[in-house]
Amino acid sequence: MAEFKEAPAGAPVPEQLMTWVDNRFPASKLFKEHMSEYYAPKNFNFWYFFGALAMLVLVIQIVTGIFLVMHYKPDAALAFASVEYIMRDVPWGWLVRYMHSTGASAFFIVVYLHMWRSMMYGSYRKPRELIWIFGCAIFLALMAEAFMGYLLPWGQMSYWGAQVIINLFAAIPFIGPDLSLLIRGDFVVGDATLNRFFAFHVIAVPLVLLGLVVAHIIALHEVGSNNPDGIEIKARRDPKTGHPIDGIPFHPYYSVHDILGVSVFLMLFSAVIFFAPEMGGYFLEYNNFIPADSLTTPLHIAPVWYFTPYYSMLRAVTDPMINVFAVIVALATVLAVLKGGLAGVWKVAVLVGGLGLIVALKAFDAKFWGVVVMGMSVLVLFPLPWLDRSPVKSIRYKPSWNKWLYGAFVINFFVLGYLGIKPPSDIGTLVSQVGTIFYFGFFLLMPWWSRLGEFKPVPDRVTFQPH
Amino acid sequence: MTDAVDTSRRTWIAITCGAGAVGGVAVAVPFVSSFAPSERARAAGAAVQADISALKPGEKMTVEWRGKPVWIVRRTPEQVAALPGLDPQLADPNSKRTTLPMPQYAMNVGRSIKPEFFIGVGICPHLGCSPSEKFTPGAQTSLPDDWAGGFLCPCHGSTFDMAGRVFKNKPSPDNLEVPPHMYLSDTVLLIGEDKKA
Repeated sequence: MAEFKEAPAGAPVPEQLMTWVDNRFPASKLFKEHMSEYYAPKNFNFWYFFGALAMLVLVIQIVTGIFLVMHYKPDAALAFASVEYIMRDVPWGWLVRYMHSTGASAFFIVVYLHMWRSMMYGSYRKPRELIWIFGCAIFLALMAEAFMGYLLPWGQMSYWGAQVIINLFAAIPFIGPDLSLLIRGDFVVGDATLNRFFAFHVIAVPLVLLGLVVAHIIALHEVGSNNPDGIEIKARRDPKTGHPIDGIPFHPYYSVHDILGVSVFLMLFSAVIFFAPEMGGYFLEYNNFIPADSLTTPLHIAPVWYFTPYYSMLRAVTDPMINVFAVIVALATVLAVLKGGLAGVWKVAVLVGGLGLIVALKAFDAKFWGVVVMGMSVLVLFPLPWLDRSPVKSIRYKPSWNKWLYGAFVINFFVLGYLGIKPPSDIGTLVSQVGTIFYFGFFLLMPWWSRLGEFKPVPDRVTFQPH
Repeated sequence: MTDAVDTSRRTWIAITCGAGAVGGVAVAVPFVSSFAPSERARAAGAAVQADISALKPGEKMTVEWRGKPVWIVRRTPEQVAALPGLDPQLADPNSKRTTLPMPQYAMNVGRSIKPEFFIGVGICPHLGCSPSEKFTPGAQTSLPDDWAGGFLCPCHGSTFDMAGRVFKNKPSPDNLEVPPHMYLSDTVLLIGEDKKA
C-alpha cells in the first residue's frame, strides 16, 4: 500500500482533490505509467497510427452498437424489417447503422494494416511474443464478432453465409454434426440461431474483445513499443533520468501526433458513410437487401471482403489438392528424418506422425481438410514469433530480396481475397491452390528462409531526422 | 508453528479444489445443454403433404420440410433415360455412402419410388447451400460442355445430375439426401414419413 499523502497547506482545490483521489485510487500513477511517462520510440512513422485507430473504431462500434440495439429486434420474423425501420423511420438511424456497418470494414482494414506493420518491423519478436499472441486472439474474436453480426440483418447473405460457416463445423469427423446442431440450436439456421448470435454479438464477444485489448496494451506497456528500426530503445538510457534517450513520452507527443491520424481516418470514414456506404457491394452486399429465404440460395454467394482470402483457401482444397498435400507431407517427413539431425526416438516419431497425417489426409473428406486449412490459415499467425529466426527484427536490415518476398505475400493475399469474391471457376481454383501453398509456405518455411542472405548492420540509435 | 508443510491441509486443499472443479463442470452442463434445439424446435419436424397434380414434366416444385427445401422434380422420359449413362462421371452413382440416410425404396437408378418423380432435399451436402436448377443441357457458365441437365450449387460449384447424384471431384462428398416419403395417392405426396413405421 502506498503511503498516505497530504496536500500542502493552502494548496489549490484541484490539487487537494487529486491527492484525495490518489490516496484511494492510483489515478495519477496510472496516467504517468501509461501516458505521460510511457516512453515510446521517437522514430514512429505513419504505420504506428493503426493501433490507436483500432481503438477508435472499437469505441465507434460499441457506441453505435448500443444505439442500434435500442431499435433492433432479434427475431427471425422481425429482424429484417427492424433494420429497415432503423434505416427509414428512426431519426438519424441510417447514420448510426451506416457508421456501424462501415465501422466493421474499417476495423478490418485498420487491423490488417496494424498486423502488417508488426510483420514488417518484427514487432512480434522477443520480448513481444505475448503482445502478438493477444493480438492474434483479438483478430480471432473480431472475426467471430463480424461473422455473428452479419447474421443480424437477416438478409439472404446473412442467412446463407451463416448456413455455410456453421456447416463448416459439421465437417469435423465424429462430433461435427452434433456440434453444428448445438451452434444452430435448430436443424436449420433459424430464430434460435439469430437470437443466440445476437447475444454473442452484443455481450459475450465484446467482453472478451475488451479484455483482450486490455491485456494487449498491458503487455505492450510492460515491454515498450518496437519501432521501424527494430532497436530496443531501453538499451540506451539517459544516465541522469533513466529514461530511454530515443524515447519520448507518449503524452503529449504521440497523443497529439495521433490526432493527425484520427483526422485523416475520420475524413475517409465519413466519405464512405456519406457517399458510398455500400462500397459497391463490398461493405454491404446487395443480396443482403433481400429478406432471408430458407428455400432459395442466391445465385452467387460470397463472404464479406475481409473473410475472402481464407474462404479462397477453403475452396482450394479439392481431391487433387489433398494429393499435393500428401506429397508435401511425405517430402517434409523424409527431409526431417534424413537432414533434421534428430535423435533416434524423434526420427521414429516424425515418421509415424508424417505417415499418420498422410493416412488421415486420404481417410477424411476434402471438405474436412478445407475447413482445417481455413482454420490453420488464421492459427498459423500465432507461432510467428518462433517461426522468424532472422538475426534482425526490422525489414530495413533484412536482405533486400526479403522485400520482394513480403511484397509477394501481400499480392498473394489480395489475389486470394479477389478470388474468394468471384464465383468458383477452374482457373480460379488453380490459382487459389498455388496461392494457398505460397501462403503456408511463407510461414512454415520461415525458420529456414528467414536466416538466409546478407543482413545489413543495425545502427546503435534509431534512424530519426528532427523536423 | 514450524516451516514443515502440513500435508493433511494440503490434502484438504486438493480435495476442495477437486470438488470445486466438479461443481463448476456440473454448473456448465445446463448452460451448454441450453444450446441444443428446444422441445419446440424438435416438435416442428412434422411431415408435410404436397399436391403434385399440377407439376408438368421438366418442372420442379419446392416444399418446406423441417425448415429445409424439399424438391419434387417431374423428370421427362429423356432425362430418366439419360441417368444410367452418367454413372462413370459420378462420385457415388449407386448411393453406397451411408453418411446421409437413404431409404431402401430409393436405392435404384432414379433414386426415387416412381422413376418420373425425384424427391430430394435441396441442400448441398457440402456446406448447406441450396443448389440452383440447371435443367437446360449444353455448355453454360460454371458447367461442363457436355452438361446433361441437373443442379449446380452456387456456393462452391458442386454439380448434381437429375437424380441428385454428385459428379466426381466436386466439393460435395455426398449425393443429395432423399427424405423419407410416400405417395398417399397418385397426386398427393407425404414428405417426412414412409410406411416403414
